[in-house]
Amino acid sequence: MMTDKPACTASELLAVMSARLLNDGQIVFAGVGIPLLAVTLAQRLHAPSLTILFEGGVIGPFIEPGKLPPSTNEQRCTRKANMVLPITDVLLLLQRGYIDIGFMGGAQIDRYGNLNSSFIGDPDKPKIRLPGTGGGNDISSLANMIVAMKHEKRRFVAEVDFVTSPGFLTGGTSRIDAGLVTGGMFRVVTDLALIGFDSESRQMSVLALHEGVTREQVLDNTGFDLAFDDTLAVTAPPSSDELAVLRELDPEQLYTA
Amino acid sequence: MTDPLQVKPYLDLRAETQARDRGLKEKVMSLEEAAALVCDGDHVAIGGSTISRTPMAMIWALIRQGRRKLIASRSIMSHEGDLLLASGVSSHVVTSWFSQGIVWGVSKVMRLHVESGKARFDEWSHMSMGLRYRAGAMGIPFMPTRSMMGSGVGERTRSETHEMTCPFSGDQLVLLPALNPDVAIIHVQRADAYGNAQIDGLQFMDIDIAMAATKVILTTERLIDNAQIRRTPDRTRIPFFTVDAVVEVPFGCAPHECYGTYEPFFDQMDDYAKQVSADPEQGAANYLKEYFYDTATWQDYLEKFGIAAMLDASRRGRSIYDD
Repeated sequence: MMTDKPACTASELLAVMSARLLNDGQIVFAGVGIPLLAVTLAQRLHAPSLTILFEGGVIGPFIEPGKLPPSTNEQRCTRKANMVLPITDVLLLLQRGYIDIGFMGGAQIDRYGNLNSSFIGDPDKPKIRLPGTGGGNDISSLANMIVAMKHEKRRFVAEVDFVTSPGFLTGGTSRIDAGLVTGGMFRVVTDLALIGFDSESRQMSVLALHEGVTREQVLDNTGFDLAFDDTLAVTAPPSSDELAVLRELDPEQLYTA
Repeated sequence: MTDPLQVKPYLDLRAETQARDRGLKEKVMSLEEAAALVCDGDHVAIGGSTISRTPMAMIWALIRQGRRKLIASRSIMSHEGDLLLASGVSSHVVTSWFSQGIVWGVSKVMRLHVESGKARFDEWSHMSMGLRYRAGAMGIPFMPTRSMMGSGVGERTRSETHEMTCPFSGDQLVLLPALNPDVAIIHVQRADAYGNAQIDGLQFMDIDIAMAATKVILTTERLIDNAQIRRTPDRTRIPFFTVDAVVEVPFGCAPHECYGTYEPFFDQMDDYAKQVSADPEQGAANYLKEYFYDTATWQDYLEKFGIAAMLDASRRGRSIYDD
């Protein structure tokens, strides 16, 4: 094993790997938690002209280290922003088509990238009522998506109990057929792998494994027969620079514990 | 009685607006007097979002007055939603997201009430909530959207929406029914006695809910003179003629935040989460007794939080204006 590899938590790994997917100049609609941390990290490292949008009605904030907002609707979200506007209007920017990437976490995801944050069990008689969509449904209906989440069998399921935020629905052209003519899943980032979607079947396919992770490990933690890309790569581990900035942003480990 | 969530016939909407006193008149009253404007069974739209600019003092007054069968709608619900359910004031919530806040996990109070079937939680996408209020504000019966299609969220609200092929483009659209709340309750930083309201920072859906509603109750951190409003009319977000009541309530969102004035009272929010997580039923009952039923005035309520917490929240709140 490498000895100079900086140890990091699963959440830190998620934030770093997701941040790398973001490009300078992009407009990114971000949720709280890992997405917020990852876009801020990208902004500090390689994408200084990346613009963050928050659902609370914020365009282009610059989040202060150690003062991460607990939701996208608080004054902390507006720090050094270019503009604040009503919630409905910031969400309408998605419909108008100004957003490059929608970025959020997920409680449960299936092979087509459909996300569930509403119900565990039968929606009419749920075992667990989860908080629901928020802007998740709008973002995933109208933008290309990055989802960051822990890779666990109970989260990666063959079929979600409920489609809160649409991915590629039942695959193939089903998303477009349903009327969702734009957007769709781009990447899923987990603590084990980087995952894309097949351009025809629209099923998940692993593009890269994180250093030290095996195919078996990924399969053991997935509730369906996940495919692997022919050119399966290995991601470079988080650098000490990436981790240093990340830890400066979230010194209390609000999101990265 | 008609369903307050149904699209209101246009002539009824117009007649209700015509019947309102729209003169430039003073509307300052007490929390109790303003709360009495809300009737049992009303659809009440709550201003702010999650733990920001929540009209907590008005919710405190409604809970204390024992209002019943309210339909509560909001862009996103936080622990005020818990309290409306736990107090029996509402058992029907219309929103896009309902929990105390991401950092506190899934609300056990919401779960208790919704999973047992005691309460109904209608889930719409966040933009759909906004467009429904906006349609209401615009005086039109619906708003088309490209969201919610193909999803479970769209499926579960299907009985209340329509799908349409656009006659211009052939695009597939969902039609969202307008919301015209019976009452909007909104907390602002400044308002004059007539109800001209200035909102600093994030506006959330407040302007639309004010324009859509049949009655508007404003609570305000500061009651200011109309002359002061007239110096900066560009900062006025809600016009007086939509407003029926103005109540001056300092720290009217506590323990939630009010932009530029105070941030959330995080320790108190943690304590609440701990209390209701241990026992959602008894924990919420104890909280309601301590903070709502056993406090005779809003000042008594604030004293429960203590001066140290208030100073800390204000210091953090005002810091948004620091360079």
